[in-house]
Amino acid sequence: MITQRFFSADRRIAVTIVALLAAAMIVPLLNLAVSPQSAFYIPPYIVALVGKYLCYALLALALDLVWGYCGILSLGHGAFFALGGYAMGMYLMRQIGSRGVYGNPILPDFMVFLNYKELPWFWYGFDHFWFAALMVLAVPGLLSFVFGWFAFRSRVTGVYLSIITQAMTYALLLAFFRNDMGFGGNNGLTDFKDVLGFSVPADATRSALFAASAVTLALAVFVTAAIVRSKYGKLLMAVRDAESRTRFLGWRAENVKLFAFTVSAVMAGIAGALYVPQVGIINPGEFDPANSIEVVIWTAVGGRGTIVGPIIGALLVNAGKSWFTGVLPEFWLFALGGLFVAVTLLLPKGIVGVWDSWRGKTKALRAASLAAEAGADAEVPQPKIVRSAARTPGAWSATGSEPQPAG
Amino acid sequence: MNKSNTILYLDGVSVSFDGFRAINNLSLVLDKGEMRAIIGPNGAGKTTMMDIVTGKTRPDEGEVFFDGQVDLTRHDEAEIAMMGIGRKFQKPTVFESHSVEDNLMLALKAPRSIFPALFHRRSAAEARRIDDILGIIRLGDKRDELAANLSHGQKQWLEIGMLLAQDPKLLLVDEPVAGMTDAETEETARLLKDIARDHSVVVVEHDMHFVRELGVKVTCLHEGSVLSEGTLDFVSADERVVEVYLGR
Ligand SMILES: Nc1ncnc2c1ncn2[C@@H]1O[C@H](COP(=O)(O)OP(=O)(O)O)[C@@H](O)[C@H]1O
Ligand SMILES: [Mg+2]
Repeated sequence: MITQRFFSADRRIAVTIVALLAAAMIVPLLNLAVSPQSAFYIPPYIVALVGKYLCYALLALALDLVWGYCGILSLGHGAFFALGGYAMGMYLMRQIGSRGVYGNPILPDFMVFLNYKELPWFWYGFDHFWFAALMVLAVPGLLSFVFGWFAFRSRVTGVYLSIITQAMTYALLLAFFRNDMGFGGNNGLTDFKDVLGFSVPADATRSALFAASAVTLALAVFVTAAIVRSKYGKLLMAVRDAESRTRFLGWRAENVKLFAFTVSAVMAGIAGALYVPQVGIINPGEFDPANSIEVVIWTAVGGRGTIVGPIIGALLVNAGKSWFTGVLPEFWLFALGGLFVAVTLLLPKGIVGVWDSWRGKTKALRAASLAAEAGADAEVPQPKIVRSAARTPGAWSATGSEPQPAG
Repeated sequence: MNKSNTILYLDGVSVSFDGFRAINNLSLVLDKGEMRAIIGPNGAGKTTMMDIVTGKTRPDEGEVFFDGQVDLTRHDEAEIAMMGIGRKFQKPTVFESHSVEDNLMLALKAPRSIFPALFHRRSAAEARRIDDILGIIRLGDKRDELAANLSHGQKQWLEIGMLLAQDPKLLLVDEPVAGMTDAETEETARLLKDIARDHSVVVVEHDMHFVRELGVKVTCLHEGSVLSEGTLDFVSADERVVEVYLGR
């Protein structure tokens, strides 16, 4: 019954979920069961590439939950993604076993190389998939919970919050670069062999990872939409638009934010975990503050506060990046910056926002012409949003110009 | 002084911002069930007084008690709201991207923690209560309208409706008729008088016609303390009040 209401409420989300589930079945099929000579054949590198984009899309969706719906402009979501990735990478490292260059059955190659005598305690358990999977959720979840607990309780908002999220990911970048952290330093974790007993580079495994990414993204869309539609989701937007109003109604705005922030970080961690076996490496570069800023751009391009927007944004911008870096590699950053400026100035609600207003206008025009045909000068229905998915408060300022009571 | 029959009790309250005394040894007592109008020139400290009562601002000194026994200086905004103090801001503040109905739903008295909100389904009792309030605030036909599309006056009413939905014992209403037409102002006076029948209410307002309409005891604030108190006629005849208002 809930699902029924859910689907009729927003066809766009239903279409996205169905499309993702369909891709999860069709793409592996066209890769594995179709002859490479066929026009329908999808080569493995495309499977891996799009699989990677789907992980980015999940990351952008995670950011959208806090930024689009609660106005928290996190510039550190790449850190949660990377932590999830490292947890998965540690599992993959331990699956290598004695097949490493040094043939040590317990210690990964980099530890042998760095003269580790025994496995550091925080690597215990990562030989089990279930444990690693738990850590994929727990590590980003715990970090975001602790971080958010302090930040939201001390009522750090706006630009200040954005800056400390950047500082967080930068601090982690520096920490993970160090060899004595025990995460492979500069080189990170790589040379993976098996995942759950299947060979990582095999076509079938890549297809399976693609399917897992698509299904996970579909699930995340479902969960995010359900969250946003619930009373809690309405509260989340209320906190975004008028935080003090919610406090004087008795809500604890800090807890409202903390829950969304933690859920979002866990989603980002899952995205990172799916990403690592598909790209075959995780290194401290994933903590680069610039990565987190890119996520913001994908989300902005697609349209924040729309669920589907960030997914479209992540797919389009990354496809553009792949194309661009092939043709004009040195100009990609300028193109990205230009894109961000253009979207900010011209399409503040992103692609989905533009689509919505265009649809609204054509509907109104059609209604008007129908009325004219009928010969009656009936009232022209204005393109009025009856229920907006999310307003874009305070346009782009990270502060989110929430209406505060006049003093 | 005996606090036992008071809903709100302020004694010797002071607060300074960067050395500027916005509230200066303010004492104010509101009996249970009473409605009080507070007037005073801009900057008199009326809004700051509400900030203190609702936990937004901590007083530097003085006592602030609710319902005769609760020391409000020990609680924060959310706790104070849950105890039964509702507040309408000077600048109408509603959730503009939500419908009128959803605004009320978020304000409705109910558990204020995350998980109940996540799995909340509207009960028949809640739906009835929302219907009632929509009737009281004269927005029955605007139920599905986005709050952003309401007129200024309608937003003021919606915010008052949200206070009612909280089911508070005491309502603090800051300048409810600012920006309203004469007809709306009259309607608002009727609305507040209705509400005052079973709630304690503090109304801050400049509009003298409106205050006269309310017909309740008036307190005039000036420079953070009480200048004069009594019937409107008494207060407006008070020389010091006249001086304060004309002197500006
Ligand atoms: N947070 C604050 N910081 C500094 N000054 C403040 C603050 N809040 C109020 N004030 C000052 O306190 C005085 C009283 O303001 P206010 O209570 O808003 O007056 P009123 O509501 O009676 O017009 C004003 O001079 C105002 O500038
Ligand atoms: Mg004021």
